[in-house]
Amino acid sequence: MRISQGTFSFLPDLSDDQIRAQAEYCLAQGWALSIEHTDDPHPRNTYWEMFGQPMFDLRDAAGVMSALQAARSTFPERYIKINAFDASRGIESLRLSFIVHRPRHEPGFALVRQEERGRVVRYTIRAYATDRPEGERYE
Amino acid sequence: MGSATDRPASPDAADRYRAGVLTYAQMGYWDPDYPPKDTDLLALFRITPQDGVDPVEAAAAVAGESSTATWTVVWTDRLTAADTYRAKAYKVEPVPNAPGEFFAYVAYDLDLFEPGSIANLTASIIGNVFGFKPLKALRLEDMRFPVAYVKTFDGPPTGIVVERERLDKFGRPLLGATIKPKLGLSGRNYGRVVYEALTGGLDFTKDDENINSQPFMHWRDRFLFCMEAVNHAAAATGELKGHYLNVTAATMEDMYERAEFAKELGSLIVMIDLVIGFTAIQSMSKWARRNDMILHLHRAGASTYTRQRSHGVSFRVIAKWMRLAGVDHIHAGTVVGKLEGDPNIVQGFYNILREPRNPVDLQRGIYFEQDWASLRKVMPVASGGIHAGQMHQLLTYLGEDVVLQFGGGTIGHPMGVQAGATANRVALEAMVLARNEGRDIWNEGPQILADAARHCLPLKAALDTWGEVTFDYASTDTPDFVPTATPA
Repeated sequence: MRISQGTFSFLPDLSDDQIRAQAEYCLAQGWALSIEHTDDPHPRNTYWEMFGQPMFDLRDAAGVMSALQAARSTFPERYIKINAFDASRGIESLRLSFIVHRPRHEPGFALVRQEERGRVVRYTIRAYATDRPEGERYE
Repeated sequence: MGSATDRPASPDAADRYRAGVLTYAQMGYWDPDYPPKDTDLLALFRITPQDGVDPVEAAAAVAGESSTATWTVVWTDRLTAADTYRAKAYKVEPVPNAPGEFFAYVAYDLDLFEPGSIANLTASIIGNVFGFKPLKALRLEDMRFPVAYVKTFDGPPTGIVVERERLDKFGRPLLGATIKPKLGLSGRNYGRVVYEALTGGLDFTKDDENINSQPFMHWRDRFLFCMEAVNHAAAATGELKGHYLNVTAATMEDMYERAEFAKELGSLIVMIDLVIGFTAIQSMSKWARRNDMILHLHRAGASTYTRQRSHGVSFRVIAKWMRLAGVDHIHAGTVVGKLEGDPNIVQGFYNILREPRNPVDLQRGIYFEQDWASLRKVMPVASGGIHAGQMHQLLTYLGEDVVLQFGGGTIGHPMGVQAGATANRVALEAMVLARNEGRDIWNEGPQILADAARHCLPLKAALDTWGEVTFDYASTDTPDFVPTATPA
């Protein structure tokens, strides 16, 4: 399966030129870019690992592209995403967040159902990858 | 403007309060020298006086009947600070290009209103006055609420920013679909459509306004099957999904019971209809805030009072009331779809729902500056007769913070519901990507979609089926300050 988190997951994987164009758009809006990675893509895993600090003072998209290359070579079998943060009052949140790298094989998720009375079911989503310890998934 | 109003608004008190009938203007409801205070509520009415009725007197009557007045002088006014409580019509001007219609501006003192109550506000402003005989027609066009009044409301329980953070979805409009047929499906079959649409790529599916608890599908059955579909789709895609469970019911007790059940099942959103009434909406807003639930409002019934230009209440006023009352989603028009909506007027609604402050913008029908005082933002929902082939127009007109709902445009897809959802999601992502790259999506939109369809057969099929479908009718509710409706 292909997890469809992030802004552009239904498109073919973006080329580096396409990623750079999005980064340039974000910088032109005054947003700060950051890179995050994880081997636990559970939809409620809010806090992926930060690959360095958000690049608040970055002006040139080349900076984020070289950081992305470093992240890819360090974590070739993890999910990597680029976030754009807008510190404007009343927003102070992400404005764009898209996956730029995936592990070769995405095993997906199991839906665990716990039956209760009255036909109620408690649902738990469990990533197959997280059956293994952190750092050894997707290997 | 007219002899009856030439008498001073406040004559000698003994004279003023002598029993009998004075004109409303004479009673003090017309005061052209009144400077509206920052703490006043302001209202703009479009009035169409009966033949022979002086527009100033008609404006004064509107101010009177929506505040303290009755048809005759009452001495008991003298037991009160009547000059303060009296609403004042302070400006009357002809509506451009509309003979017989006038704009009447009325100021209301803050103390005329109970804090935090839309029911109280509307009982005054639209309570009696719309049936007033000297007027042929009356429309409430806009209102301005002082910050002190805004701060008495909780506003949206979730708001655009927090909704996106909860869903982990940024940078693009959200996608939804209303399950069709809207009536008749069993719970099990209904949930099938939810599952197909969500796995295909939609973020949300939706109950329609009149899906409650009917013989073919009781509400508990619907909730259980829908939540199975929602959770299964989330596991299949690795993405959070939701279904707006409509909790509209006959009584508050029933609505709370349904909302509690939705919460117990893990739904992140519930839905209500506008027809439940302002008090029920505020009650459900407080419930949603207590329970971390997104609150979707379907504006069922709104067009009965918003559509006609000469009489009723403009939707921009409803939008303001609902932002105060506190809903997270509200249907606010599509511009290009099957339901009423001039582009400028609809953008005015969207600005009211989404901006921290609205400047005066006559072309978009915004007559007052409004400071929302950090009240959260409402996510507008565009629903009704829209399809993937219009994606460039939708993104241009409506922007990013909107839920685009493709009901027929998902479920009527020739390759099935899942393919319909995928077509919409691919079209949307391709258009956002192109816009961010700096392309001119308004003109290049069809080409961008055709290019995206090369790697997405469902999108190609959608464009082949609906590419040419448009709903090109003149709007009835158009701006007064541009000569003609802007082309859709």
